[in-house]
Amino acid sequence: MVHSKVIIKNPVGLHARPAANLVKEAVRHQCAIRVEYNGKTADAKSILQVLALGAGCGEEVEVFADGPGEAGALATIVALIESEEG
Amino acid sequence: MAQRLKGIPVMPGLGLGYAVILKSTLPPEIDERILPGDVGEELKKFQDAVNQACRSLEQIRDEAAKKAGDQEAAIFEAQLLMLQDPSLLDLVEQKIRRDLFGAISASRQACEENAAMLSSLEDPYFAARARDVLDVRDHLLRCLMGTPLQKPGDYSDRSVLVADDLAPSDVISLDPEKVRAVVLAQGGTTSHAAILLKAIGIPTLMGIGVGLERIGSGDLVFVDANIGEVTINPDDQTEMELKARFRAFKEEKQVLAALKDLPGETLDGIKVELLGNIGSAEEAKFALDAGAEGIGLFRTEFLFINRQAAPSEDAQLAVYKQALSAMAPHPVTIRTLDVGGDKPIPYLTLVEEINPFLGVRAIRLCLQEQALFRTQLRALLRASVYGNLQIMFPMIAVIEELRQAKEILHSVKEELRAEGFKVAEAIPVGVMIETPAAAVSAHFLAQECDFFSIGTNDLVQYTNAADRGSQALTYLQDPLSPSVLRLIGQTITQGHKHGIKVGMCGEMAGIPEAIPLLVGMGMDEFSMAPALLPKAKSVVRNLDAKKAALLWQEVKQLKTAQEIRDYLQASL
Repeated sequence: MVHSKVIIKNPVGLHARPAANLVKEAVRHQCAIRVEYNGKTADAKSILQVLALGAGCGEEVEVFADGPGEAGALATIVALIESEEG
Repeated sequence: MAQRLKGIPVMPGLGLGYAVILKSTLPPEIDERILPGDVGEELKKFQDAVNQACRSLEQIRDEAAKKAGDQEAAIFEAQLLMLQDPSLLDLVEQKIRRDLFGAISASRQACEENAAMLSSLEDPYFAARARDVLDVRDHLLRCLMGTPLQKPGDYSDRSVLVADDLAPSDVISLDPEKVRAVVLAQGGTTSHAAILLKAIGIPTLMGIGVGLERIGSGDLVFVDANIGEVTINPDDQTEMELKARFRAFKEEKQVLAALKDLPGETLDGIKVELLGNIGSAEEAKFALDAGAEGIGLFRTEFLFINRQAAPSEDAQLAVYKQALSAMAPHPVTIRTLDVGGDKPIPYLTLVEEINPFLGVRAIRLCLQEQALFRTQLRALLRASVYGNLQIMFPMIAVIEELRQAKEILHSVKEELRAEGFKVAEAIPVGVMIETPAAAVSAHFLAQECDFFSIGTNDLVQYTNAADRGSQALTYLQDPLSPSVLRLIGQTITQGHKHGIKVGMCGEMAGIPEAIPLLVGMGMDEFSMAPALLPKAKSVVRNLDAKKAALLWQEVKQLKTAQEIRDYLQASL
């Protein structure tokens, strides 16, 4: 398992469109991916769980990837959250 | 006897037609139980409904992209993901398999539980997503029950759609040729439905409340979404008048639409720039659609209010960049933060003031809260490479404020360059003329800035010393009052004497009677709500600038706002 902390750059946080982008990226990877914020955990492949984190812009989240291709998956997801689109 | 209802205008315009009442076609909330032997069949029903709902949402998404744009289509993209969300699907399956609920009850409960979880979140952005989950629920239930959405073909040619609320997918299926207006009991002006109705351009009133029940199916309904009023079953006399108004509105709309790509220019060839006022980056599209040649006022307050902490530099950068690139190569004038004690901001500890409109607000606040100001300026300057940025400082009263703001801007620019950021070479810096002090010292200010923009709402309030919200003082809130006009005229003359452009971004810029007078004074730019632009352009294009200049000379002799208004109306 690999993990990394990342700060959300999108101005509205992990909100509808950014959350959708995150989920669409996550489902492409075979490994399990989860996002933790403020004591809550979300499956990155579930938009409802990602939205329920309520993580706003400038907040720090931690991403965990576990399974086949985990290193690549983690790097892609972290880069997405760090970009303004994610 | 005609009845009248009040609502909040979302998309201005007029509509006359027969009421079509859209009722929810959802099943009553009963818990439907099944026997263990039926589990397989209910699971299959559910899976089929998910597949069917996906296909219909995909269609709606594609239609939204065509009719309204990619930004709007993203709403449905997110709903599609919700529909296929593994945690939602698991929950429904569990409710069918373990709790022995039927597919309909299981779907309803699972969606509603998820919606409740989202609406409990503190951030209003996230809480609003609960509405999306409920839309997904409605799609699923309709598929499970075999009652699809009402199709656009179900409306007659002259319909006024009346509903409690509309899902975004309902809006996308509306045909603006048939549905002449929409009237909703609920609804926030920033909801998905509101944004889509604006994008499609159907005159809309929201927030009518329980009064909506007074509209019966098939009633003749006149919707005035300019002033926010609905007239139900008018008497014959009124009906004739309303029909005439609606006809005139339709004709004018066609005439105005034909002007969209023509320049703002008087009959004798004087160029007048017509720009849009916006309050969020998404609205840039509406301004372009209305024929705006740029943005004369981008209010940035929405970034700062309704939140617990100040927006970060990157968050602001993304918004400014979006507006600048949408409008490029046209100019976008962004006004720095313009708030005061009347709209408290939780993360700023402002001293309570007896009269916040005369207190620490706008540039005064920014010069005191320099960290906040510098962050906004950093974001603006970093965004400058994505389009044609102009920066405007609000509520300047004395030249020291302008100098200090410019000094901070300069130091932020140096700081960014030292950090290796690119910043556009020439970024015009303007002063918003909204205090009498600024108008009177326009000759000094003009020597130290690149443009003026006159904000009439505050200029009137401060000139006549009358609160702009006071109902008892309407006679002092008239922008056509002689002293206000003199200050405007003088500001333009002084600006031109020192070679800078003068524009207006207050409400007055969009008043058809006032435009000839302002052109006569020499106003270079008019910035207004996008919906007002077509009308303003037609006024400008039918104007002779030389005659307009004479008009101003004549109006100068008149002593009251009423005389001036009568004179202007007579000469239109």
